[in-house]
Amino acid sequence: MVKAIEATGLPIVHMCTIVPISKTVGANRIVPTVAIPYPLGNPELDPKEEKELRRKLVRKALKALETPVTEQTVFD
Amino acid sequence: MTKKRIVHYINQFFAGIGGEEKAEVKPEKRDGVVGPGMAFKGQLADVADIVGTVICGDSYFNENEAEASETVLEMIKSYDPDLVIVGPSFNAGRYGVAAGAVAKLVDQNLHIPVVGGMYPENPGFELYRKFGYFVEVGNSAATMRHAIPDMTAVVKQVLDGKTEITGYMPKGLRVNVFRQERGSKRAIEMLVNKIQGKEFTTEYPMPTFDRVDPAPAVKDITKARIALVSSGGPVPKGNPDHIESSSASKYGKYSLENIDDFTPENGETAHGGYDPVYANEDLDRVLPVDVIKEMLANGEIGSLHPYWYATVGNGTSVANAKKFGTEIAAQLKEDGVDAVILTST
Repeated sequence: MVKAIEATGLPIVHMCTIVPISKTVGANRIVPTVAIPYPLGNPELDPKEEKELRRKLVRKALKALETPVTEQTVFD
Repeated sequence: MTKKRIVHYINQFFAGIGGEEKAEVKPEKRDGVVGPGMAFKGQLADVADIVGTVICGDSYFNENEAEASETVLEMIKSYDPDLVIVGPSFNAGRYGVAAGAVAKLVDQNLHIPVVGGMYPENPGFELYRKFGYFVEVGNSAATMRHAIPDMTAVVKQVLDGKTEITGYMPKGLRVNVFRQERGSKRAIEMLVNKIQGKEFTTEYPMPTFDRVDPAPAVKDITKARIALVSSGGPVPKGNPDHIESSSASKYGKYSLENIDDFTPENGETAHGGYDPVYANEDLDRVLPVDVIKEMLANGEIGSLHPYWYATVGNGTSVANAKKFGTEIAAQLKEDGVDAVILTST
């Protein structure tokens, strides 16, 4: 899905937990996330901290979209 | 050595009956070869005879599968064959599906091998690959002269009783085999060969994935129109489109207009491949709608595409995923979206 969207020329960032899968399928901008059942959260944190964590990850994704890349890049 | 007996299944077109206008013809059998069978006959002359040809219209077969199957199977059986050839059906969809269905019938009822020829994207291959040795052929009958020898080569190996047959597209089946050396030793030998730059044969080839060039970066994200997509199954509460928990056949498109924050009341996951407790509690953990809405309000992003798109990436076929992606991208383009965030679980 990532590739089919990117093939139309739209930059796309893949936020996912299992980075090797993302690399194998061919995402070019990858932001690693927290865990499979809660990629953009962490139920161990209190709601405020959890939202802050999510905010940071999304900012990282937006940054990735602003970053020119020539090959598969993981934004840690 | 007595020659083996082969039955050939073809459609109305290759039998010379007619094209689409004759696609409704019912099954019939003719002794000996018809159409492309002539070429097989020439190449198999030493080892086998094509004793009969069974013909059926593609539309008839697909629209009356139960009756057609029964009749075609009886016709094939009447020749008491050792092997059945179906096609080649190139990239003809209905012919491929019919040929694949015949392969399955023969495999499951007569327990004899089937050799076919299909273009890899023929839907008949994906559906019925398990039931025969399908040789990769071109996408149109113009490639017949390549298809016949390639298929003949596989037919000969099968009739010879070879255990390692080459030249067909993988059936997608795993077979238990016993090897002399244990797995760890074989793996180390492979690794050593690989490190030394020597040749080695993998026992588990990885699927090949095509690549797409990275799209240009967004110049200024604070002016960009962003869209949210997910394969983690985030759907409105109740999963209104009934997206399957695995092997999804569809994706959903849902309005973001009235959702600023997911709660247990307005969102859940349709995904069956992970523990849904955390996502159902707060779906923002899968699709970050709360922070995106906040970023929209405070100008961190320019604007937001008014819908999110969701499917379940759990055993979903690559072909489906690709189709979803293409369809979603078209809608995003139309709305002037500049960049996409896709989340996966």
